[in-house]
Amino acid sequence: MHQEYDVIVVGGGHAGNEAAAAAANLGSKTLMITMNMETIGQMSCNPAIGGIAKGQIVREIDALGGYTGIVTDKSAIQFKLLNLSKGPAMWSPRAQCDRMLFARTWRLTLEGLKNLDFWQDMATGITTENGRVTGVKTGMGITIKAKSVILNSGTFLNGIIHLGEKQYGGGRMGEKASHGITNDLEELGFQSGRMKTGTPPRVDGRTIDFSKMEIQDGDTNPGKFSYSNETKNLTTQKPCWITYTNPEVHEMLKTGFDRSPMFNGAIQSTGPRYCPSIEDKINRFAHRERHQIFAEPEGWDTVEYYVNGFSTSLPEEVQSAALRLIPGFENAKMFRPGYAIEYDYFPPTQLKHTLETKLIENLFFSGQINGTTGYEEAASQGLMAGINAHQKVHEKDPFILNRSQAYIGVLIDDLITKGTEEPYRMFTSRAEYRILLRNDNADIRLTELSNAIGLASDERLRLVNHKIKETKELVDFIKTTSVDPEFLNPILAEIDSSPIKQKMKMDNVLTRPGMHLSQMKRGSKALTKYISEKDFDTKEVEEQAELLIKYAGYIDREKEVAEKIERLEYVKIPDDVDYDKFSTFSNESKEKLKAIKPATIGQASRISGIKPSDVSVLLIHLGR
Amino acid sequence: MRNHQTEDIICAISSPPGVGAIALIRLSGAGSVNLVNQVFTKDIKAAKGYSVHFGNIMKQDQPLDEVVVTIFRNPHSFTGEESVEIACHGSVFIQQELLSLLMAHGSRMAEPGEFSKRAFYNGKMDLTQTEAIADLIHSESEGAHRLAMQQMKGGISKELGSLRDELIKFAALVELELDFAEEDIEFADRGELIALVKSVLLKVNKLRDSFQFGSAIKEGVNVAIVGKPNAGKSSWLNALSDDDVAIVSDIAGTTRDKIEVPLILAGTKFRFIDTAGLRETLDVIEGMGVERAKDVITKAEIVIYMFDIAEISQTYLDDAIKYVKNLNNTAEILLLANKVDTSTQSLGAYGHEYSHFANLYFVSAKDPESVEFVKKEIVRLFNQNKVSSNDIVVTNARHFEALRNASIDLEKSLQGLENQLSGDFVAMDIRQVIHHLGSITGEITQDNLLGHIFKNFCIGK
Repeated sequence: MHQEYDVIVVGGGHAGNEAAAAAANLGSKTLMITMNMETIGQMSCNPAIGGIAKGQIVREIDALGGYTGIVTDKSAIQFKLLNLSKGPAMWSPRAQCDRMLFARTWRLTLEGLKNLDFWQDMATGITTENGRVTGVKTGMGITIKAKSVILNSGTFLNGIIHLGEKQYGGGRMGEKASHGITNDLEELGFQSGRMKTGTPPRVDGRTIDFSKMEIQDGDTNPGKFSYSNETKNLTTQKPCWITYTNPEVHEMLKTGFDRSPMFNGAIQSTGPRYCPSIEDKINRFAHRERHQIFAEPEGWDTVEYYVNGFSTSLPEEVQSAALRLIPGFENAKMFRPGYAIEYDYFPPTQLKHTLETKLIENLFFSGQINGTTGYEEAASQGLMAGINAHQKVHEKDPFILNRSQAYIGVLIDDLITKGTEEPYRMFTSRAEYRILLRNDNADIRLTELSNAIGLASDERLRLVNHKIKETKELVDFIKTTSVDPEFLNPILAEIDSSPIKQKMKMDNVLTRPGMHLSQMKRGSKALTKYISEKDFDTKEVEEQAELLIKYAGYIDREKEVAEKIERLEYVKIPDDVDYDKFSTFSNESKEKLKAIKPATIGQASRISGIKPSDVSVLLIHLGR
Repeated sequence: MRNHQTEDIICAISSPPGVGAIALIRLSGAGSVNLVNQVFTKDIKAAKGYSVHFGNIMKQDQPLDEVVVTIFRNPHSFTGEESVEIACHGSVFIQQELLSLLMAHGSRMAEPGEFSKRAFYNGKMDLTQTEAIADLIHSESEGAHRLAMQQMKGGISKELGSLRDELIKFAALVELELDFAEEDIEFADRGELIALVKSVLLKVNKLRDSFQFGSAIKEGVNVAIVGKPNAGKSSWLNALSDDDVAIVSDIAGTTRDKIEVPLILAGTKFRFIDTAGLRETLDVIEGMGVERAKDVITKAEIVIYMFDIAEISQTYLDDAIKYVKNLNNTAEILLLANKVDTSTQSLGAYGHEYSHFANLYFVSAKDPESVEFVKKEIVRLFNQNKVSSNDIVVTNARHFEALRNASIDLEKSLQGLENQLSGDFVAMDIRQVIHHLGSITGEITQDNLLGHIFKNFCIGK
């Protein structure tokens, strides 16, 4: 019934969708197998995309030709650029989304791809031949052949939902879990583990008293994620609301602690430290009298609200009683309670940089199966796995981003080199070259690379090249054009900056703290004229030029460090290196190197416990 | 991997460990000749390969040592790079000063086996030597580590531990306001961060100054001269230094306070510290001197216990040794039976009777031969105590370099904070600090920082 596919993508969440879209767009005959066609592109937890570090990832996905940015823009109900008081590397876009619209937009996007087929079924295992994957076995008892398979199982593999003392199998509230794959893979030699995550209750907005909460509006001039012209900036937005817990809420929650799976031993696996449940928060930070709670709308029209900050797996009646002690929620009716979920993952040190498994050729993992958390982290892995599955079956070069090119590069390198003890989430501090990996330049960093393999469109590349060219010209203009004290000094006075005594090149003044291009335009007719004569929206170009001038010193310094360190990235380590032969290595070093099989000297140097002298010795051996 | 490009100039002591007549310091890397030229009295900028130059190495306009400089031009050197070899006098002090001077002018300490590694990359070594080089790198790294650990006993390792903790705390607080700006937590204000970075800076500088060449070598090896009042300690100090430093009189207890005399013997700096006589006393001022004398003994590397030969007895010597060992169990003890010129007894008989006391000598401050003998004995005791002085120099130089660089970058982050720079820029400098200190404090990873944040702050919605 089914043809043989180039790529089968198992799962239709954030990872699976990007994987399927990338493979199909590159020209692979692709099949998506999902347990339920109605739940493609679900936001299982909060109805938001982006945030600090995550927003940068979404911009990278967009620059590479993925869809998360576009889908988000099309379903956004609020947009904010976070961290504006910090340097440009920290500016991070985030959007609240209409959850149903988000899923619908994803589904329609995927349906629009000509190389993509769908099949609703449960994948229960894979078939292999000589260490290479050959297809997928399903719950209906059929086997579908494929040259490569990408597993994006999310929280579904042997998922167990905890709600108070109740436990039941499930991949998401109201949806059944997926069984079979873990056993199958373990028999092939894979190691698996368990992880845990949780989600807060959703409540009926008609029962919330917003007058008792602080309003949190979106940006006055909202931006968007996609660099393309395919999406538009929001013109209307919906606000979120802020309220706080109090000691009474905490006391009420404590009445359920003896029935909490977190505390009574029912949950053994690791949850993320940065996304604790409310019971965990009041337990660990007992001195805090209140915790922030956000009421976030789940869409334009729905009355459903997401209670951010109130993730919990306490018995539902305790959840409800505690919630009602929070200002604004006095009469709140829950739509669905919060819950915790445990699921299988496979320690990601079993993967290569392409996200292909080391054990089974042409088998790829992406998303929570690799121990990550977050829509953005999952989507970016899906994109990379989709690209690399296509590249592999068409005998093309692997597509790998390094740590100085993208957060995606940091994410994958961290996962496969260090593994993870808790659900891995991206933070900007994980990136060595934070100043280079900004949200404003993801297109400049990545679109050309993606266009070269045939994913990002030529139109996308044209836009980027135009931006680069115009930016350079504007920077040159600013560096070579002087500004008159007579016109500029009043503006300098506004920002408490000392006046200039004679004509000066504009870049010299622009680097002053508090000085921006917008102010420079008011002080220089020449600049205003130069910009107004452009026949396109110069906003991005202006921003880019300002950043490049203001932060040139830092950017250059970071580039220098990156280049120095990344020399080691180009020294490849052959697959067949026999570490046992190196008598000078400690047993610990040998075991780690044998397990991780680093692809480059640079990667080897990042494995914990590998000493600089080990790296030197490796280099010497590779000098042969 | 051939023609490996490296821009760093590396330097190290290439002669075997220990104090010899001369020592060889080697530099390698493009620009080595120009670097040495800056501290050398002769102009060697255009000197030909294999040429040899005699002159002075200058430190702040003062000659440091007379040396012979040999020039090697790329590729005709051990490493295949432009290189310079400086033959200087063999004293640890001079080697130390020279290395620090070269580092101040832009070279860095070579990593273990780095000269060999560069030679290998530049095709100067046979492939069969690969494993040998690997072994060399490994053993030198292990050795350096062991030595570093040895030197970090007691107080310093405690200091390092608290430095590490403060550095993590500081770096974590800076990262906190970046990655968790959206969280409902109180962020450290700039004043708090500035206070923290100052505290870290203080610790780093303190360590830097203590590590700088190890106090033993930079400040001199402490030699305490102790003994009962009027045993002749001050006379000996004068004899050793050819200078009337201590007030000498025949009245017991003339020396009320310790008096220090720095002396360079065989290239090593010693600090001779005369102490008040060891006598329980009712005199308040002298009593304070006695307390200080005990303090001097505990800090000394060598203790000279001096007594009037007339007092010698088995019990007397046993008590003397016990007294010193009680205060300091690791110091070398030199027992000097003084004033042999006044003795009526036959020295030969004494020597025989007390031959089982190692390091017991019969001396007189008035006899120049005695004085020379004691000087040599002190140098011998110091050297036998240090397995390999060169290793100490090198290890210390590395630590010093790391601490110095860390201090520079901490100053930068302090400036950044004071100039209201955004945390992401300040963090760039902090990362450099962490990088520099990695070899001393142990690696600090992002996981340490995040761990600190999650432990101390309620993060997460």
